[in-house]
Amino acid sequence: MAEVSTPHVLLGLLASGGTRHGYELKRAHDERLPRARPLAFGQVYATLGRLQRDGLVATAGQEREAGPDRTTYTLTDAGRATLDRWLTEVEPPMPYVASTLFAKVTVALLVADVDRARAWLIAQRRAHTQRLRELTAAKAAPSATLDDVVALDFAIAHLDADLRWLHTTLDRVADWHREVHT
Amino acid sequence: MTQLQARGVVKAYGPTPALRGITLDVDAGEIIAVTGPSGCGKSTLLHCLAGILRPDAGEVTWHGHRIDTWSEAARSRLRRTEFGVLFQFGQLVAELTAAENVALPLLLAGTGRREARTAALTWLERFGVAELADVRPGEMSGGQQQRCATARALVTEPRVLFADEPTGALDTLTGEQVLTQLVRLAREQGTSVVLVTHEPRIAAYADREVVLRDGLVDQSGLGLDSPLLGERR
Repeated sequence: MAEVSTPHVLLGLLASGGTRHGYELKRAHDERLPRARPLAFGQVYATLGRLQRDGLVATAGQEREAGPDRTTYTLTDAGRATLDRWLTEVEPPMPYVASTLFAKVTVALLVADVDRARAWLIAQRRAHTQRLRELTAAKAAPSATLDDVVALDFAIAHLDADLRWLHTTLDRVADWHREVHT
Repeated sequence: MTQLQARGVVKAYGPTPALRGITLDVDAGEIIAVTGPSGCGKSTLLHCLAGILRPDAGEVTWHGHRIDTWSEAARSRLRRTEFGVLFQFGQLVAELTAAENVALPLLLAGTGRREARTAALTWLERFGVAELADVRPGEMSGGQQQRCATARALVTEPRVLFADEPTGALDTLTGEQVLTQLVRLAREQGTSVVLVTHEPRIAAYADREVVLRDGLVDQSGLGLDSPLLGERR
């Protein structure tokens, strides 16, 4: 699965929210992308440093409240152009064939027998089903925001696809084993 | 507490076996998904549990009373008072308006006309289709019809709702809205739900999943209790 491009997300947050300091960007990130891994402060400042070096953001000043000085950042024209380019580019559909799920069944069939592969598929199906239930419960909760729902939809759709594959592969596994060993 | 039980239920259509000895408990207030590939016996099991079909062998009990030996009239009465049934295509009565359709189970159970209409309007409102009260099914979208059918299935506040692929004919978003509301309202009023589906994503709304394969319960490890939804009463 492709990693989320943190630099582009930060450029987008600066474009939508104007001048902000690192802490505000981190908070906005975690709020808008609630299912992503929360950004570490170190990562925010390291990314901002690189974006500044590349001329995509500029420092706008120092905010001094109680505590240390906080540098605020603003988007440059070059940053805006980079962001627009990223938003226009279509992402390559992910091929998925390199999935660990797939590799594991293949190897299980090579080194063990059908029962071993089947047992693994059943255990994996169980884990996937459990996770699907958790995400569905989170999505159906009255407190879920649309941000949550859309993010959960994405995760649920992918888990659902994996589960369908696990079901189908369970039905195929005996034939597959025969083919692997002839 | 278990309220509905199947014990060794067998059912065949001519020479073709559909159920080959199913044992299943439905507890009060729990939501069970019955899943499995096409032809595995899901719908037949639902029909046997709901007293629509009589098993060839085995027992179906409701609060300890065998209902599979009851007359059609007695089972029909049970369905009217304690059960709600919902199919893939709402099967609304074409000649009746939405409100009349939803009020129908109450009228059949002896509720007065005015009271039945008031309840029908409340349930249409809960499914977001109050404005369709005086519209006939022919003038509604599939999603609107299924919302009305779901309201009709729940209007008697049944103890068990049997839902056979209730979102199968709907697009993903509409199906999800109908199902979310169905599950929420069923939980609120403590209605058990037996949800037949072949889709993992739909089954994930249930507290647990029973997988059928060739007319038997598949014992291979999917009888999961949900970590979050599993407030089994």
